[in-house]
Amino acid sequence: MVLLPREQLCSRGAAAWGGALLGTEMVNQLWQQQCDSFCSQNYPLYIRSVPTENELKFHYTVHTSLDVVDEKISAMGKALVDQRELYLGLLYPTEDYKVYGYVTNSKVKFVMVVDSSNTALRDNEIRSMFRKLHNSYTDIMCNPFYNPGDRIHSRAFDTMVNSMMMQVC
Amino acid sequence: MEGLTLSEAEQRYFCDLFSYCDTESTKKAASNGRVLELFRATKLPNDVVKKIMELCGATRLGYFGRSQFYIALKLVAMAQSGLPLRMESLNSVKDLPLPRFVVSKNEQESRHTALYSSDADNPASYSGVIPPPPPGRMQVKKGSVSHDTVQQRTSTDQQESTSPVVSPQQSPPTSPHTWRKHNRHPSGGNNERPLAGPGPFWAPFSEVQPGSSTSSDPIWSGHSPPPHQENWVSFADTPPTSALLAMHPASVQDQTTVRTVASATTANEIRRQSSSYDDPWKITDEQRQYYVNQFKTIQPDLNGFIPGSAAKEFFTKSKLPILELSHIWELSDFDKDGALTLDEFCAAFHLVVARKNGYDLPEKLPESLMPKLIDLEDSTVGEQTGEVGYSGSPAEAPPSKSPSMPSLNQTWPELNQNSEDTAIVHPVPIRMTPSKIHMQEMELKRTGSDHANPTSPLLVKPSDLPEENKMSSSVKFTAGNTVTDGYSSSDSYTSDPEQIGNAVTRQRSHSGTSPDNTAPPPPPPRPHASHSRSSSLDMNRSFSVTPGQQQAGVVAYPPAVPPRPQPSQGTGPHVHRSVDADGLIAHTSTSPQQIPEQPNFADFSQFEAFAASGVNKEEEDEIETHSEVLQVEKPSDSASSLRVAKADGRVEDKAPANVPSSAGKGTTPLAPPPKPIRRRLKSEDELRPEAEEHTQKTGVIAAVLASQPSIPRSVGKDKKAIQASIRRNKETNTVLARLNSELQQQLKDVLEERISLEVQLEQLRPFSHL
Repeated sequence: MVLLPREQLCSRGAAAWGGALLGTEMVNQLWQQQCDSFCSQNYPLYIRSVPTENELKFHYTVHTSLDVVDEKISAMGKALVDQRELYLGLLYPTEDYKVYGYVTNSKVKFVMVVDSSNTALRDNEIRSMFRKLHNSYTDIMCNPFYNPGDRIHSRAFDTMVNSMMMQVC
Repeated sequence: MEGLTLSEAEQRYFCDLFSYCDTESTKKAASNGRVLELFRATKLPNDVVKKIMELCGATRLGYFGRSQFYIALKLVAMAQSGLPLRMESLNSVKDLPLPRFVVSKNEQESRHTALYSSDADNPASYSGVIPPPPPGRMQVKKGSVSHDTVQQRTSTDQQESTSPVVSPQQSPPTSPHTWRKHNRHPSGGNNERPLAGPGPFWAPFSEVQPGSSTSSDPIWSGHSPPPHQENWVSFADTPPTSALLAMHPASVQDQTTVRTVASATTANEIRRQSSSYDDPWKITDEQRQYYVNQFKTIQPDLNGFIPGSAAKEFFTKSKLPILELSHIWELSDFDKDGALTLDEFCAAFHLVVARKNGYDLPEKLPESLMPKLIDLEDSTVGEQTGEVGYSGSPAEAPPSKSPSMPSLNQTWPELNQNSEDTAIVHPVPIRMTPSKIHMQEMELKRTGSDHANPTSPLLVKPSDLPEENKMSSSVKFTAGNTVTDGYSSSDSYTSDPEQIGNAVTRQRSHSGTSPDNTAPPPPPPRPHASHSRSSSLDMNRSFSVTPGQQQAGVVAYPPAVPPRPQPSQGTGPHVHRSVDADGLIAHTSTSPQQIPEQPNFADFSQFEAFAASGVNKEEEDEIETHSEVLQVEKPSDSASSLRVAKADGRVEDKAPANVPSSAGKGTTPLAPPPKPIRRRLKSEDELRPEAEEHTQKTGVIAAVLASQPSIPRSVGKDKKAIQASIRRNKETNTVLARLNSELQQQLKDVLEERISLEVQLEQLRPFSHL
């Protein structure tokens, strides 16, 4: 698998892509999560995964799903851009996991990878998780010491993500 | 996180330890350095330590992640308890004592114990390995601090240290430098020394230095860090403070362990202090004053905000790494608005000072640093933004400096600023009777500026709209609408009173956060009443004029119930009229429910027009006559009827009896109908076509509405007015119910007629073919 630079994958090179990937994978009855956030130009702003194994796989999944996100956004057309709903829903399911996407109005993308076997996770829960991510992200943006496009090192954000992942686990 | 379960004490302890070991805040504690020291302090044989490291996965990973670290600590505890090291038993072992790190008995231990009271062991294990951060950072030549002083203080310090909460034993340096001067001694002599040290402090501090050098006074109330340091210093006993400063359990100490312990203890102390949200973070007065002055240099207005960019510039001068500044910002910007208020600024500044002095940043904002705008008794330590919304009770929370609740720093002031109407924020428990509400509405319209009262009634839950209140509330709503904005007067007139009510309520909520809970949502004023009193101009006048005589739109349904839902009727009254003309007749025949609606709207417009005129009581009679007349004049009376209704409402307060009497004339029945009509604007539309026979009813309704209690203007009369209006409303209810049944009967008759007609038609039809 080749990970193409985002700019190549996405024609909108200038678009700010941010994504948070949250992946859960069931391994030996242990839920694992991975959280990834990507920032502009499709490079990750934040990555977090609970399972330390297969982390790369999650990373790859998240990156590839960015294309799907892009596709969904472009499909809406310009007219709908403003009314576009932030929550993109299930981007695509694979046999192992499902990928959910969420895009903010500033084109910051959050991607969440959830294990398919986690049937207890419902759509509205995913929505609330994205909302929390979004809120935390805006809190980070409020921090004058944070330059948009930097990697996110906020402890508050970490805490929030951890708690979220713990919750899912 | 392999499902490791920790008790609360363990959680805290481990967290603190991890924070300590996580020197770079990368959530990864390197295998060397503090972690190793910590493990060494556990006094476990090396191979055990190695095994622990392997088990927890650090060896594999090369570092200690948080989970690995926790597991390691737990394993340490197990090992120290003599249990075999097994991963499976990690969670199964209950009541495992906290891992112990060698700590030479010291007050710190006891203190630490106090902290982690859950365990009897010396939780003061921190001490062992953790070199006191402050000393190192401080770069103060603590060594210079006389050991003598240290020695002297030792005893005192020991005592001091015993107390978990450090009391101002030493004269804490008053200035922000206090932190720096932890090895300050009350004796004063050494005070200057630390001052000399702090290179890292930036200009502002250096300015203060000279000033603070005099601090011998224990101004520091309970400022634990200094005491800590005292203790720590004294504790070191040995180590010249410099050694401690060096942050390494340096040679100064007699024993390695002691040294380690000392340093660790100090660090421990400090950590403990920071983690206990105790005094360590408390800002002394001098410090606060200093911060305030600094704040003023950036933002002269003490109640204002420092924008993020300015704050960033300012704090960047401290030469702390951006990451730490970012974290400090996160901690101190309580309401996450990107700006710092005075309290937030002080907290941030304090944290910066602490950091420069070598104290680690807490994970959560210490309680004493939380913005204290709202004086809330309960202190939610560690709860920050999440709690802000809840803790900041909308009630008046004087910006006190009590170190308790996280205050709604900005939210609270914003609230006030936005609303600019305390009435909105603080629900004014005005029991709004329909009439009262109506009157308020009227006043509102007249003044066009007073949001307070109207808001209250407006904010009253629409659900409470009692039938009797409908008219008044509708009237009120429209008035409110006109006042609030969102609604065009015509729309308000024509829209469903309920909708209006809701809308108004919603609008009100915008402006005011606290609807008047006590007052039930003013039912849409019953314009019907005014309707019925077509002649009403006077009524309206008297209406508006007479505070106590709010007709609350309850004005009896003018016989001509203007077709209520006539949205977009720019000229309310007229439009209504025309509409009414069309629909009145229909309306009259429509169910009583429709009647009220139309009159409501028309009434409002009318009312507005004649608001200034005021209604006199005398017009009561007029109202009554009007109501009667209304039946005839329905088409044109919609507006007037509303007015009349209003007038009626008002008048009724004064002479309810009259109205009933008038109602008795046959108009009474009109009154009730309007109410239900008002409420069901939509249904009114539907019903409109049907109601031909309801003309009389409308008249009755109008009359009844007229009898509706007017909304007493003055709040003072509320009680009586309320009671009166309740009575009236009840009467109206009965009347309306009667009317309803009559209308139903009429409906049935009509349907029967229809059926018969159809039958005839059918019979005739065959002939048509012939």
